[in-house]
Amino acid sequence: MKRLLTLTAIAAAAVLPLAACGNSDPLAEDSGSGPAGGSGGPLVIGSQDYYSSEIIAEVYAQALEAEGMEVQREFRIGQREAYLPELEAGRLDLFPEYTGPLLQYWEPNTEARLSDDVYAALSEATPDGLRVLDQAEATDQDAYVVTEEFAEKWDLETIDDLADVDEEITLGANSEAESRPNGPQGLADAYGVDAGFTPIEDGGGPLTVKALKDGDIQMAIIYTGDPSIAKNGLVALEDTKGLFLASHVVPLAGDAVGEEAADIINSVSAALTSDDLLELNGRSVDEQLPAATIAEDWLAGQDL
Amino acid sequence: MNLLLEAAAWLADAAHWTGPGSVPVRVLEHLWVTALVVGAAAVVAIPTGVWVGHTGRGRTAVIAFAGAARAVPTLGLLTLLGLWLGIGLGAPLLALVVLAVPSLLAGAYSGVESVDGTTTSAARAIGMSEWQIVTRVELPLAAPVILGGVRAATLQVIATATLAAYIADAGLGRFLFNGLKSRDYAQMLAGALLVTLIALLFEVLLAAAQRRAARAARPAGQKSTSPSNPVFPKGPS
Repeated sequence: MKRLLTLTAIAAAAVLPLAACGNSDPLAEDSGSGPAGGSGGPLVIGSQDYYSSEIIAEVYAQALEAEGMEVQREFRIGQREAYLPELEAGRLDLFPEYTGPLLQYWEPNTEARLSDDVYAALSEATPDGLRVLDQAEATDQDAYVVTEEFAEKWDLETIDDLADVDEEITLGANSEAESRPNGPQGLADAYGVDAGFTPIEDGGGPLTVKALKDGDIQMAIIYTGDPSIAKNGLVALEDTKGLFLASHVVPLAGDAVGEEAADIINSVSAALTSDDLLELNGRSVDEQLPAATIAEDWLAGQDL
Repeated sequence: MNLLLEAAAWLADAAHWTGPGSVPVRVLEHLWVTALVVGAAAVVAIPTGVWVGHTGRGRTAVIAFAGAARAVPTLGLLTLLGLWLGIGLGAPLLALVVLAVPSLLAGAYSGVESVDGTTTSAARAIGMSEWQIVTRVELPLAAPVILGGVRAATLQVIATATLAAYIADAGLGRFLFNGLKSRDYAQMLAGALLVTLIALLFEVLLAAAQRRAARAARPAGQKSTSPSNPVFPKGPS
């Protein structure tokens, strides 16, 4: 089924831009044969074997095509061990990445946690021949999540605000969190907030959401890119002290990506907010739409 | 081999033997969960099995049910029940009862049914009531097979009670999940070894009880036969 979906997505991705060119896109007509692509040959865009990564890659691809550039899609390429060597060798030119995990891949012992520190360290750590373009506001990272009612009752926006909560807080998460910096111990050390702990081993899945709604736990660790956050009226608390490794969407580009292409991708990143990413992911999970359709609809709503 | 040594070192570490969440606490929780589950399942399954074995009524239904229930994947059932009951011990206990019932039911039913018909007829002929036949003739004779069911169910529950830690802070499964997720394989293996030890201990105890029951059920003078176990296809556990 997954393979079929992927194939459909690729097929749709191949057909849609053609249709767009044929019909109405004046920009594509104008600069189609221009110097847009830089050093010749299509830009090769890859994505992780993760639906959200594929959607972002598809957004990059369509945004470049809208400006008349030629691209080639090499989506769903597994993990970093597989695709980073390809990027370094110049066989892939553009790849949607995540700042924190990518930095940790190159510098396992990095101490950077907060968004800007991570981005700065990542720019340093990126090997020659590659560079990171601007990071998007959109994140896909672990976060403390509470229900809307709980957030409203105690006026919560950041984790610091938990200090004013006058009832017992129990954190629910995979058991390893108990001994990790983002568990109760780290919460007490960094924010001075005391919380109990309940192990729920489904990685922020439906059982965790159910426990939050039942009030068995008041706070859970869930991915910020998980559509269930929006669907269930949950709120992610901002992590001002860096308990969680910041993980913004960031394009990793090779030398073949010229100035013009970089500008286009940067404008995409500037427009991509966390809410947008949640919506994109939600359309994939809930409506089972192919990445190409989701990307096309989102781009149509942007003024890039 | 190295990992085994690390697991042994983990077990030998005094820090893991005191305080909340330490080895003795988890072992007690694990035994408590097992006792609750096997107890609750026995209350349901053994009287039902004995009744079916004695009367012969509902035979097909019970066999079909016991067979089908064995095929239920416990983790899937646990997730479903968890979505219904919420986190805590409720869902794991219920899922484990479903796991334990088929073995107990099969043991009770096939044990009573296998009692020689001429023996029960003789009991009836000397004026015993049906109740007396069940309690004084069938149950003692069926005891080895019923205990075989208890033995199988207990073993399954001890091994599978690790799943309680999936949504509750209880049992030896906490060491398994914690070790797995934080790549502390020594802790994980130590937890697995503890589960294995408990399972073996109960296996030995219950096998002894089964042998004793078989000796008691044997008519005087007859040569020993090894206790028979309920014959049922093994399901996934």
